[in-house]
Amino acid sequence: MRSDLPLWPDQASAHASAVDILLYGFTGLIFALSVPVFILIIVFAVRYRRGRKVNRRHQVNRNALLEVSWSVIPFLLILCFFFWSAWLFFDLKHPPASALEIDVVAKRWMWKFQHPGGQGEIDELHVPVGEPVKLTMISQDVIHSLYMPALRLKQDVLPGRYTTMWFQADKPGIYRLTCAEFCGTNHSLMGGHFVVMAQQDYARWLQESGVDQTLAAQGETLFRTYGCSGCHSPAATVHAPSLDGLYGRPVALQGGETIIADEQYIRDSILLPQQQMAAGYPSIMPTFKNVLGEDDLTKIVAYIKSLKATQWREHP
Amino acid sequence: MTERHIPETDVEKVSYLRAGHSLRSWLLTTDHKRIAILYLYAVTFFFFIGGAAAALVRIELLTPGGDFLTNEGYNRTFTLHGVIMVWFFLIPSIPNTFGNFLIPLMIGARDLAFPRLNLLSWYIYLLGGTLTLYVLVAGGVDTGWTFYTPLSSMFANGNVVAATVAIFIAGFSSILTGLNFIVTIHTLRAPGMTWGRLPLFVWSHYATSLILVLATPILAITLALIAAERLFGIGIFDPSLGGDPLLYQHLFWFYSHPAVYIMVLPALGVVSELVAAAARKPVFGYWFVAFSSIAIAIIGFLVWGHHMFVSGQSMYASAVFSFLSLAVAVPSGIKVYNWTATLYKGHISLDPPFLFAMSFIGLFVFGGLTGLILAMLAIDVHVHDTYFVVAHFHYIMVGGTVSAFFGALHFWWPKITGREYIMVWGRLTAIFIFLGFNLTFFPQYLLGYLGMPRRYHIYDPSFQVLHVMSSLGASLLGVAYVLPFTYLFYSLRYGKPSPPNPWGVTGLEWTTPSPPPKQNFDQIPVVTTGPYDYPVEMEDRR
Ligand code: HEM
Ligand SMILES: [Cu+2]
Ligand SMILES: [Cu+2]
Repeated sequence: MRSDLPLWPDQASAHASAVDILLYGFTGLIFALSVPVFILIIVFAVRYRRGRKVNRRHQVNRNALLEVSWSVIPFLLILCFFFWSAWLFFDLKHPPASALEIDVVAKRWMWKFQHPGGQGEIDELHVPVGEPVKLTMISQDVIHSLYMPALRLKQDVLPGRYTTMWFQADKPGIYRLTCAEFCGTNHSLMGGHFVVMAQQDYARWLQESGVDQTLAAQGETLFRTYGCSGCHSPAATVHAPSLDGLYGRPVALQGGETIIADEQYIRDSILLPQQQMAAGYPSIMPTFKNVLGEDDLTKIVAYIKSLKATQWREHP
Repeated sequence: MTERHIPETDVEKVSYLRAGHSLRSWLLTTDHKRIAILYLYAVTFFFFIGGAAAALVRIELLTPGGDFLTNEGYNRTFTLHGVIMVWFFLIPSIPNTFGNFLIPLMIGARDLAFPRLNLLSWYIYLLGGTLTLYVLVAGGVDTGWTFYTPLSSMFANGNVVAATVAIFIAGFSSILTGLNFIVTIHTLRAPGMTWGRLPLFVWSHYATSLILVLATPILAITLALIAAERLFGIGIFDPSLGGDPLLYQHLFWFYSHPAVYIMVLPALGVVSELVAAAARKPVFGYWFVAFSSIAIAIIGFLVWGHHMFVSGQSMYASAVFSFLSLAVAVPSGIKVYNWTATLYKGHISLDPPFLFAMSFIGLFVFGGLTGLILAMLAIDVHVHDTYFVVAHFHYIMVGGTVSAFFGALHFWWPKITGREYIMVWGRLTAIFIFLGFNLTFFPQYLLGYLGMPRRYHIYDPSFQVLHVMSSLGASLLGVAYVLPFTYLFYSLRYGKPSPPNPWGVTGLEWTTPSPPPKQNFDQIPVVTTGPYDYPVEMEDRR
């Protein structure tokens, strides 16, 4: 048994301290709202206990003004905190464009992280200090939830759908990382650590765990092996849309709507091409649903994301 | 001790307890009071099964390793604990025992509107309960009481279908009871018992019944869909079959958030009665308290998304749900402030039922306010699915509802059984429950904020001290929960016969003999005064 009794979790980011300050403030408010109740109950129980002779004249049994004020005033005070916390929350939903992008695949019962340089790791995540990091996550089976207490962050990881989470850690160290959504037998073992490193240490770590191909390059290989390039290249005779600069651009669909091509759209188009047909193309693409795992999909999506407009490379 | 067995009194001889001695006269009874007793036995039984599962959980959590139960065994144990406590104890606990017993007595009726339906509802409950016991014997389920998909529908290897069927069946019992209460309250009030004269206990059961009738069918559908996906592979929730896992969470919480109010509204009603009785004074702001129950029932349907802030739900939806969750605290707050004001200038008694009521208020306030912390978006991202949530809902459902259940038991015991118990023991129990409860669950708030996820039995050693505290508290709590069995059963044989109104309080139920005769009232009473019409004592007049 470790004898020390930690009473407060590590703070590894500015967001973590912002959440803690919000909690202190709000705790202050709820004490202000509840302590008078506790004190009054005790005072009344003593002062007006049965059989004790005290002045009980002018009993009142209702006072609408008083009742409205003890409903409305606490509510308005609480509302201030609502705006504060919503503001912090909205911030979590807007990762900076410059963020380092790391892909996460969850499966029972492990976490797999893919760095853009192609480095992969399991149940351990290395990130540089002071740099925004964005995690794009998906599950291969049930719902999991990536929880990093030192960052006060958690996001469910769903099958079939990407979710994201971003943070900027500003204190080097080793912190816990766990699965927070119950996922079956070994749920309590589904965790590890994340390591926040100085920039140069991170760079060195990347090198040491070096792989010869970036994630996008690995994706490109898959793009060819699975025959995607057969249709989606300028040289192809089949009428299929070019994927240059696709990422982030609006796509007109057959139904008449337009959709922004994000990771989710790209993934869905690979797995269920008939579901969201780009306008003007025949529905000839086969599904890759039972062909590609989430790991490979992540790589192919990374490759397609890397294709800037007019940058199509002729394959040698 | 010279106490001797006190033989049956004349009142008892003509009471509902003696109207037929055979087992058959109990098992085929349509008397709401007897059915209440049948329920009391049944929910107590399930409370102890659920409690045994809790004990296993707490023993396992004494050490950071998984050395007492296997991973699978632990998961099955906490699932069983949750399923039994929620559906087979908390939801039926107060309404089906005290609600059943008291509503007709309080409104001046001879029985509920549909006495046979009432009995049917008990049998349906038993059927669901028996099936749950079968699931237990057959090896259990490992999904958590929340049955999240696609884990439950495609991956879990326990008896998921049987468990969902059991809960599905028990749901019909809830629906029938809710319906029965609504019709009874509308149609069987005695002459002069206007809505403004209804005891607050009845108001809160009315609100509860609305939720029972409106929300339970949604649970039934949701469970049926899980079974359909699991048995026939119909893609509803699993994305690999073209389903949507979040749809499940929306459906589940659309029932289950209102359901948490099913568990607490009856308790709020009990406490309103107890506070008025403790102070011998009308409840402060009757209409605010009455309508706050209805407001809770309505707004409670609009906040389910606060269980899904990190699920991948749209952030605008989350903001709306956060706002509405803060709004639902307003009617709960009104009740607490009004109870406090009721005590002002009262004649306060600290007999056992009232100690339970005070400890209810303390624990409910604490649980409710930590609910507000959870409703704060940025904080919930951190504490969602941690022990903080576990502590929050145990404060309300165990600290609150179970305390109110014991409060009701101690308050109406003389009415139900005709005997008085020894007060000192009741007071001690109330105090032990309060202390044991806080020792068990307060450390869990700290654990949660430190980042201890729920449903973990293998954990970081730095959490151990707090877990050990919690397990110690749980043993104290366990003893305190068993204590009432001794002195309450003792009172059945050796207790002093109770007069009709041992606490000297208002309410039609106290105008009948203790225990009441089978038909409750010889003559249907005519009501001419409000529910808490206490005389102002001479020396308190101006
Ligand atoms: C002031 C009123 C309340 C508010 C604002 C509130 C808020 C919340 C929030 C935001 C959560 C979700 C936390 C999370 O999963 O991250 C939650 C969970 C929960 N609350 Fe409350 N709550 C309130 C009252 C109640 C009451 C009255 C009960 C029960 C009688 C209750 C029972 C529960 C339960 C059972 C859960 C968790 C269920 C689970 O995940 O297993 N809450 N509450
Ligand atoms: Cu997991
Ligand atoms: Cu809720």
